[in-house]
Amino acid sequence: MAYHSFLLEPISCHAWNKDRTQIALCPNNHEVHIYKKDGSNWNKIHVLKEHNGQVTGIDWAPESNRIVTCGTDRNAYVWTLKGDVWKPTLVILRINRAARCVTWSPKENKFAVGSGSRLISVCYFEQENDWWVCKHIKKPIRSTILCLDWHPNNVLLAAGSCDFKCRIFSAYIKEVEEKPAPTAWGSKMPFGEVMFESTGTSGWVHGVCFSDSGNRVAWASHDSTVAVAEGGKTAVCTSLSSETLPLLCVTFITENSLVAAGHDCYPVLFVYDSNNAALSFGGKLDVPKQSAQKGMTARERFQNLDKKASVDSKEAVLESVHKNSISQISILNGGKAKCAKFCTTGMDGGMAIWDVKTLESAMKDLKIV
Amino acid sequence: MSKNTVSDRFRKVDVDEYDENKFVDEEEGGENQLGPDEGNLMGALQAVLKNPPINTKNQNVKDRAEGLVLKVLSSFKSTDIEKGVQSLDKNGVDLLMKYIYKGFERPSENSSAVLLQWHEKALSAGGVGSIVRVLTARKTV
Repeated sequence: MAYHSFLLEPISCHAWNKDRTQIALCPNNHEVHIYKKDGSNWNKIHVLKEHNGQVTGIDWAPESNRIVTCGTDRNAYVWTLKGDVWKPTLVILRINRAARCVTWSPKENKFAVGSGSRLISVCYFEQENDWWVCKHIKKPIRSTILCLDWHPNNVLLAAGSCDFKCRIFSAYIKEVEEKPAPTAWGSKMPFGEVMFESTGTSGWVHGVCFSDSGNRVAWASHDSTVAVAEGGKTAVCTSLSSETLPLLCVTFITENSLVAAGHDCYPVLFVYDSNNAALSFGGKLDVPKQSAQKGMTARERFQNLDKKASVDSKEAVLESVHKNSISQISILNGGKAKCAKFCTTGMDGGMAIWDVKTLESAMKDLKIV
Repeated sequence: MSKNTVSDRFRKVDVDEYDENKFVDEEEGGENQLGPDEGNLMGALQAVLKNPPINTKNQNVKDRAEGLVLKVLSSFKSTDIEKGVQSLDKNGVDLLMKYIYKGFERPSENSSAVLLQWHEKALSAGGVGSIVRVLTARKTV
């Protein structure tokens, strides 16, 4: 895997362009920096300065090449590339708390912003007024929305919230699209309708992701659990309590496999078996370099025993690639159906690109179904 | 002529407390002074971890459950603690962790040492995740 350290500060959020040559990221301040890949170097080519507060979410629409950013200043901007400069357009979200996350819909005619105002703003472009307009989804959200993901049909939106629930809402906007066909989550989808609400896990929902077909949704919760729900007459929820620290982001890499990462600083694989409705731990996806084992003198042993009450010689240094929590995962190649590469960014200011084929061959028992 | 009507302290007295006919809830189950049967400690552990009083608001029930669990945990020999933890499933280990931390809140002379031994074994079985679940649980034991 390739690891590049961009900064010393955490990377708040990142987004890739369509051909994966440029990455837009927020270096934990009010700006967005766009870096371009040049051989093995990354050069900063643009700095987008418009927000008055930390930028909490960035999404780059691949087809229309527009970037949407949202921040703690309660605003969102849609940036379009005019010549060689990115020009912002303000979007009034009508929220009175910080915005936390933003995603373009699959068809790129809408985007959704989750905020601390306990609502989701679904924004679409109104041609007559040449202006971005937003509609709110309020009920029954009781706390901050932390993460969002769109269903491939461009209408359903999964939202993970601090009120311990993962929900699927309908974000159907009649001005910009046709009535959607029935899905596994239901057939009547008026705007704001709750198609699914999770039960069983407690803890803030940090990351949520639809599978490629849209029939499954996975979420990672602060009580160190990962859960998958499968749509149907009655949605079936399965959860797995993990033995690690809470996971912050989760994504499907095939219809049955998930990769998640979080405060333990390494990505992990989970496998979902729909026949038995069971979620199982697939393996740790970080092969630490074999460090040379130093011999321990008797004196060191006694010192360890005295100071730390253990004879272990393990130093307090993380062996994983990332040296701090991983906060975001994004798919680079292959989509959610057959992901070939994915990228993680974290609080250590670094970005790592993971290749699925090399991981599969490196870990003997890893099976990505 | 008139009684003293300046003070209204009489309003703060809870008259129902002094009512002789006041209904007092019967304590469910009797106080069992005997310790757990030495021969069947594993069974005692399983039994005491069944039906934890998570949903009740009655603090007495919770305290009694915690006392029982502590008694069972203290009567294990140090060498048997690991076997005890192995006999529990994932939810059992999480529940055990909850009781261990509850026990830490009110330490008595011997309880902390015993609880620390249980904590070490439960940690190796449940991992850091089980501690996170104790911290994030909405309904405590």
